[in-house]
Amino acid sequence: MAFLVLEHVSKRFGNLIAVEDFHLAVEKGEFISLLGPSGCGKTTVLRMIAGFELPTTGRIILEGEDITRVPPNRRNIGMVFQSYALFPNMTVAQNIAFGMRVRREPEHRIRERVDELLALVHLEDKRNSYPHQLSGGQQQRVALARALAIRPRLLLLDEPLSALDAKIRVTLRSEIRAIQRQLGITVIYVTHDQEEALSISDRIVVMRAGKIEQVGTPFQIYNFPQTSFVASFVGMLNTAEAEVLDPQQGLLQLDGAHLLSADPGLRRRKPGERVRLSIRPERISLAGEQLKDNLLQARVEDITFLGAVVRIQLRLGNTLFYMDTFNNPHLALPTIGSTVQVTCSKEAVMVLE
Amino acid sequence: MRKATLWNWFWILLGLLYFFLPLLATFHFSLRARKEALSLLAYQQMIEDTRIWQALLYSIQIGLLTIGLGLLLMVPTVYWVHLRARYLRPMIEFFSLLPFVIPAIVLVFGLIRIYSGDPFPLTNTYAGTDFLLIAGYVVLTLPYLYRAIDAGMTAIDVATLTEAAQSLGAGWGTILFRVIVPNLRSAMLGAAFLILAIVLGEFTIASFIVGLRAFGPVIWQVGQNRAYEASALVIFSFLLTWILMALINFVARRAVVTSGPR
Ligand SMILES: Nc1ncnc2c1ncn2[C@@H]1O[C@H](COP(=O)(O)OP(=O)(O)O)[C@@H](O)[C@H]1O
Ligand SMILES: [Mg+2]
Repeated sequence: MAFLVLEHVSKRFGNLIAVEDFHLAVEKGEFISLLGPSGCGKTTVLRMIAGFELPTTGRIILEGEDITRVPPNRRNIGMVFQSYALFPNMTVAQNIAFGMRVRREPEHRIRERVDELLALVHLEDKRNSYPHQLSGGQQQRVALARALAIRPRLLLLDEPLSALDAKIRVTLRSEIRAIQRQLGITVIYVTHDQEEALSISDRIVVMRAGKIEQVGTPFQIYNFPQTSFVASFVGMLNTAEAEVLDPQQGLLQLDGAHLLSADPGLRRRKPGERVRLSIRPERISLAGEQLKDNLLQARVEDITFLGAVVRIQLRLGNTLFYMDTFNNPHLALPTIGSTVQVTCSKEAVMVLE
Repeated sequence: MRKATLWNWFWILLGLLYFFLPLLATFHFSLRARKEALSLLAYQQMIEDTRIWQALLYSIQIGLLTIGLGLLLMVPTVYWVHLRARYLRPMIEFFSLLPFVIPAIVLVFGLIRIYSGDPFPLTNTYAGTDFLLIAGYVVLTLPYLYRAIDAGMTAIDVATLTEAAQSLGAGWGTILFRVIVPNLRSAMLGAAFLILAIVLGEFTIASFIVGLRAFGPVIWQVGQNRAYEASALVIFSFLLTWILMALINFVARRAVVTSGPR
């Protein structure tokens, strides 16, 4: 049996169904992200695992033990909150030691462990500071150390980086991942930021309106989204309506142009049927370099410089779509208003649902 | 512009005079116990009057017990409301304001009516009346205590701190005494000083329930027949109140320093 199992868990608040039939098995040492828009039930799932909410139906099983009704202070599950939730009356060291003091561990062991954790989160010099004397990033490191101090069976993080600015968010998330690998601890991480989920997780659970939409590795979620919701929520995506011409060959018609798709789902469609197709911007390129299965004529509407990547907005008939190319100072960019030839492989053309 | 500031100063001065002149007059009067010259005789008499000090001691004890009982009742209640029943806050706030609306005289007659006979014959013994007095004061000072504790709990995120402590293994006792109460210390201290000041000066309830055992009625009685000593007492209680006020300010300022930006 898996390390943590959520067995068909649901949660209602009055008439509102916050989480519905949530079923997930997590292996020991896995880093799982719950990803979805605000209000989709991510926090509620986490709070049920932590014991702050009782599932309306279903069971939660940790290491073979049914913990559904175990009170939160008996679960030994660490939790990190978006608002840090450090105890304002205690120093950094006292915050980290809190869980061990509650467990009445001997004072010398507590001191050793606090030193160890302060080193782990690089805050040795802040031991005697109070939370209000620290920056947001530092406070969240303390919160992480405090949760790890009790050697939790499971670590839960609820949007821990949302309150921090972009640069710290990126460094701290790789630190969290490094610490998780170093300790081999199982993590459930809640976020609404798809980039964060893609960069940090072993597996991602994409949620929508209380239900699981898709579970998979970042690679699977990004490259093979199973629903249009996942496709559009994760990463930048072009979508357009197209007409099926020949399902067996994968031939489609989009705004007068012919397009080949390798999506196996297309075989089930009938000629003349309208489908929603999607193409990632980075799978489209200018036709000069290398010709692929599809060749299209499009007008350049806009060019946005994003640093390493240049995003070009193109118009094909009535359809607007984006193309991403790597920024290369030695290559000339097309000019706005000009017509260009763009190309993409048939594997890049996905049919949704 | 200049004219406006001049007028401002005029009004401030007038206000200060209005406030301090009677005090100065009282102080001056308290020094005139001897006909021929200014003296501290009234203060000497006051200090030698053991009844006054006994009453003061009694009222301080009653005040401390009021604070203790009030905190014991209100801290867990307000904590619970913040944690599980935030929708009750407007109602509780309304009830806590009732002592402002209902005159103390009404409160004291109600107390006596209910507790002077069976099944609660509290007015027959000293211990009973002490308890009744404390209970009355807890109600009377409820608005101050509730507001202080409520503000203290609003300043920290009670729900999240509680959950953080729970996830670290803490039970209710630990959470209340090691996490919640330490963060309310300054709010509670401020309220405590205020309550002490109120109890020391309170007359209506004290005079009906315990009479001259309490400080308020004693000041009143001294004022009835010993004018100089009474003035000395007034000056003394003013000083006492001001010291308490200064302490509140000091505590409040320290609270800002230790809690810092949120
Ligand atoms: N204690 C609660 N009482 C009533 N409704 C709640 C409660 N907690 C969450 N909800 C509702 O449940 C839904 C899911 O909330 P939540 O799990 O916080 O979403 P997320 O974390 O994904 O933003 C939301 O519609 C929210 O309003
Ligand atoms: Mg949330």
